[in-house]
Amino acid sequence: MMQRRHFLQTGTALGAVGLMSGCATVGGGSGPKVVVIGGGYAGATAAKYIRMWSEQKIQVTLVEPNPAFISCPISNLVLGGSKTMADITTPYDNLSKRHGVQMVKDRVVSIDAAKRLVKLAGGTELSYDRLIVSPGVDFMWETLPGMNNAAAQQQVMHAWKAGDQTLTLRKQLEAMRDGGVFAMSIPLAPYRCPPGPYERACQVAEYFSKHKPKSKVLILDGNDDVTSKGPLFKKAWAERYKGIIEYRGKHALRDVDVAGKTLKFEFSDDVKADVLNVIPSMRAGDIAVNAGLATANKRWCDVDFLTFESKVAPNVHVLGDSIQIAPAMPKSGHMANQHGKTCAAAVVALLTGKQVNPLPIYNNTCYSFVSSEDVVHVASVHRYDAEKKTMLTVPGSGGVSAAANELEGRYALAWARNIWADTLA
Amino acid sequence: MKIAHGLIATALLAAAGLSQAQAPDAAQVRSWAASCANCHGTDGRAQPGMESLAGANKDDMVKKMLDFKAGRKPATIMHQLAKGYSDDQIVAIAGYFAAQKK
Repeated sequence: MMQRRHFLQTGTALGAVGLMSGCATVGGGSGPKVVVIGGGYAGATAAKYIRMWSEQKIQVTLVEPNPAFISCPISNLVLGGSKTMADITTPYDNLSKRHGVQMVKDRVVSIDAAKRLVKLAGGTELSYDRLIVSPGVDFMWETLPGMNNAAAQQQVMHAWKAGDQTLTLRKQLEAMRDGGVFAMSIPLAPYRCPPGPYERACQVAEYFSKHKPKSKVLILDGNDDVTSKGPLFKKAWAERYKGIIEYRGKHALRDVDVAGKTLKFEFSDDVKADVLNVIPSMRAGDIAVNAGLATANKRWCDVDFLTFESKVAPNVHVLGDSIQIAPAMPKSGHMANQHGKTCAAAVVALLTGKQVNPLPIYNNTCYSFVSSEDVVHVASVHRYDAEKKTMLTVPGSGGVSAAANELEGRYALAWARNIWADTLA
Repeated sequence: MKIAHGLIATALLAAAGLSQAQAPDAAQVRSWAASCANCHGTDGRAQPGMESLAGANKDDMVKKMLDFKAGRKPATIMHQLAKGYSDDQIVAIAGYFAAQKK
């Protein structure tokens, strides 16, 4: 940590010497070693770009338990019925074939930051010069006693990590009677993908309008009001899904009666429904929390926004939804991909004795489908502020769609194809 | 490597007509350009449905971005994103994409 700060202050010539000697002791193979934990939007992007930008001189191992990448963005369209799981699934093999990333299909058990070792469930130990931790989010089940067991979690879906949960929730919607109620609980911000729940409400409502027109979507939001694209979503609900979607703010969830299919709130009456969708409060992924990296409220990981290095663990970088965000920085797949590239550039610079970019600038683009074709966006540009040492939105930049439109529906799907390729191909 | 960096920076500088103090280095411009890749593809080589920037004409890209920024060219999203970048940053990023293989 001291070494890096010194480096940033004194520039290229002096810093390079200290750092190059720092990574001279590499066990096995040649070139510095980077281990990446988690192959989501942040981790997979970081792995690919470190290989590219180091001209394959830095060895990269990516540890990911899942056999393929399943995208959270677009997964609400699987619930709506216009996309399939296959549409949102991408294999990992291009990372190894095209970029020489070593893929390890395993789970991380622990991180020894002092010895620079990562221990895997299969028994393997991986040494590193720099470690990138990008495990996404895990859920704070302890805040919902009725959900804090495996049986409950198999009945009431969050579907907030795309995969089996997405498919199960879709099946529950298909099995629901016409005239039934789908009730979705939204946690207090910050949570992964701010507009995601409201997009989901639109997708389920569109499915109901076509196949179960007597059914209702009840949005029970722990926040005071819609947290993202509020006027655009409310317009869609009023005009497209009148009589189907009902929104209730200030509904902080207290507990769930799984057998009784009932949501219990802090200050409001219980709500019984046919299909429950509980999106629980979130924190940094278990791996990051267990490694002591979650320093902000024991929930999110504080990082240096020039390098994404942890504020507490030297040589350990944290990316994506696990971090304590900068002001107005969403927890999104697009943003996680930008974290991945910013960190990749910094890690390559640090391991090859070059200057870290003192002025990162990147954008966020988020499309939400209010139907299977029409889309609204929110966009922002984020720039490093050297005085405040954080990322801030550039004044005058960014904004939302004027209205939902079909052209942006096509752009949204093109966005998905491009970010999946940028992350994985 | 420092010399090579210097040469690239000088070339960019000459191309962009920037003053010495503002000259961004090549790695920095590459990082800025990479933030466009989410939609426009790695190094500007886009997947179907989005405009490729790799190997496009630099002056055309700069004009387009400045038009987006000034509100002269209608857009769904680019007028909002273009406002987040200085004119010099736009010139530098356009230079990066122009130099990429199509």
